[in-house]
Amino acid sequence: MIEISNSELQDVPVQKLPVEALINYTLNLADTSLILGHRNSEWTGHGPVLEQDIAISNIALDLIGQARNFYQYTAEVINKNQVAFDLPYVTGRAITEDDLAYLRDVLEFKNLLLVEQPNGDWGQTILRQFFFSAYQYLLYEQLQKSKDSQLAAIAEKSIKETTYHLRWSSEWVIRLGDGTEESHQRMLNALQEFWMFTGELFKPSAYEQVAAAMQIGVDVTTLKGAWMEKVTAVLEEAKLPLPTTPALQSGGKTGTHSEHLGFILAEMQFLQRAYPNSNW
Amino acid sequence: MGVHELENLFQQKVDHEIKIEPKDWMPEKYRKTLVRQISQHAHSEIVGMLPEGNWITRAPSLRRKATLLAKVQDEAGHGLYLYSAAETLGISRDEMLNQLHTGTAKYSSIFNYPTLSWADIGAIGWLVDGAAIMNQVPLCRSSYGPYARAMVRICKEESFHQRQGFEILLSLSKGTPAQHKMAQDSLNRWWWPSVMMFGPKDDESPNSVDSMKWKIKRFTNDELRQKFVDICAEQVKILGLQLPDNDLKWNDERGHYDFGAINWDEFWQVVKGNGPCNKQRLDARNKAHNEGAWVREAAIAHAEKKKQRTAKAAA
Ligand SMILES: [Fe+2]
Ligand SMILES: [Fe+2]
Ligand SMILES: [Fe+2]
Repeated sequence: MIEISNSELQDVPVQKLPVEALINYTLNLADTSLILGHRNSEWTGHGPVLEQDIAISNIALDLIGQARNFYQYTAEVINKNQVAFDLPYVTGRAITEDDLAYLRDVLEFKNLLLVEQPNGDWGQTILRQFFFSAYQYLLYEQLQKSKDSQLAAIAEKSIKETTYHLRWSSEWVIRLGDGTEESHQRMLNALQEFWMFTGELFKPSAYEQVAAAMQIGVDVTTLKGAWMEKVTAVLEEAKLPLPTTPALQSGGKTGTHSEHLGFILAEMQFLQRAYPNSNW
Repeated sequence: MGVHELENLFQQKVDHEIKIEPKDWMPEKYRKTLVRQISQHAHSEIVGMLPEGNWITRAPSLRRKATLLAKVQDEAGHGLYLYSAAETLGISRDEMLNQLHTGTAKYSSIFNYPTLSWADIGAIGWLVDGAAIMNQVPLCRSSYGPYARAMVRICKEESFHQRQGFEILLSLSKGTPAQHKMAQDSLNRWWWPSVMMFGPKDDESPNSVDSMKWKIKRFTNDELRQKFVDICAEQVKILGLQLPDNDLKWNDERGHYDFGAINWDEFWQVVKGNGPCNKQRLDARNKAHNEGAWVREAAIAHAEKKKQRTAKAAA
């Protein structure tokens, strides 16, 4: 992880640093929401029961909607500041939300590793959503106070959705943890699968540190306590043990992903890359 | 009151456009016909999610991704209302799903065709949702109350879907030559199966007579099919595309479009299970249902535990 000291910050031109940090910071929020929305949408039509098929699709829609808000804002910042932003097929025109989602490759994506992991069974999808929503709720709570009014507005709008995602996923963690022998076992397995990716949520990247220092972004290290409290409470009610294994997998925020993201992008970006510069 | 009098009373209500409600007396055959029709319709909504769901992860823009996802989710909602409407007639959702999964219940054959390109999402919206609307708008006045009310809500959403599909095709048609070709190819594949969605010709449609008398149905298959062809033949001009039928021609005398012969062999083959995707669709439904079994069991077990705990606490 790159630590940025105060002296390093002073060396960078004042104008440039905040804009770059803002772009990376916003892309990180956008990518994370998009990839989790995309993963959840893989359930549409295949859910365990009709009502829950609708619920998970709804969460997917919310997340994709949030991603669009962040991408649109990023594009606006890039265009307004005439930031040199290299994208294939894009020359001589303003950058759009779709360019950012469909024309960046794996190494440029900044989403959390947690959200790109395969859906697994319903229990894994639920646990991943719970871990994430508990984090996103706390994040948006702080982001509402951002000095960047756009980010604050998106957070304020989105936290209503996240509140529901958190309640829904908490209830399911409890239901499955304290359901049948089989469901309990599957949740233990889900914990095994995903706990290792939770450390990254609270490990700030350089651009998050800058964004936090500028008071446009959230200092994610401060969210960990409240997150652990929530997770501990829900797992306890679900009769599931709080994992004690280390949660060291990280890198997504700076583009070092797991192998899964490449396949997601290959599928997601196929039309935009096979038929570049087309209107859909 | 004897059955005969009850039947007369029932028919009088129907004739006077008074809705039949779940607790009202109804002929057994009326109930059975409705259960069959409503559950088939519900199954169609659910199976219909599969060919379109295929493209959610590949949709070409964020806006298209969100609208397609919302559309497929709407179809799940339609399935839900319709299963509920059928349940008012004394059959459970489990029973209906079992009929679907074992292949004893039918669903709309159109969903046994594959979605091969993004344009197919446009063609399905325009033609398949379009044909569905044609079939379903009259059902909003169906004699059975719960069915009619479910259809009102569903039809509103279906017309939204149809407009979106039309708009997808229009963008493609006006787009690059490759996109235009994609759109035309899609119409070539989806047109005839859509025309077949109205079911067999009137003289080969065994259930139609009673359904008309009971005002479950208000127009015959062929009447609705003609209406559909007439509308599409006009709209396709705006799209700048062609319907794949050389015999499609305005007939001044009839005041309708004439159209070519339907391949009924293909129709019956797909109905009998030999369409290109019958097996995949049924397999996918079965897989989702089977893999969801432990989740449904856990939800029931948890609810049971909770109930016992509150009972204990209250004691
Ligand atoms: Fe529908
Ligand atoms: Fe329908
Ligand atoms: Fe529809």
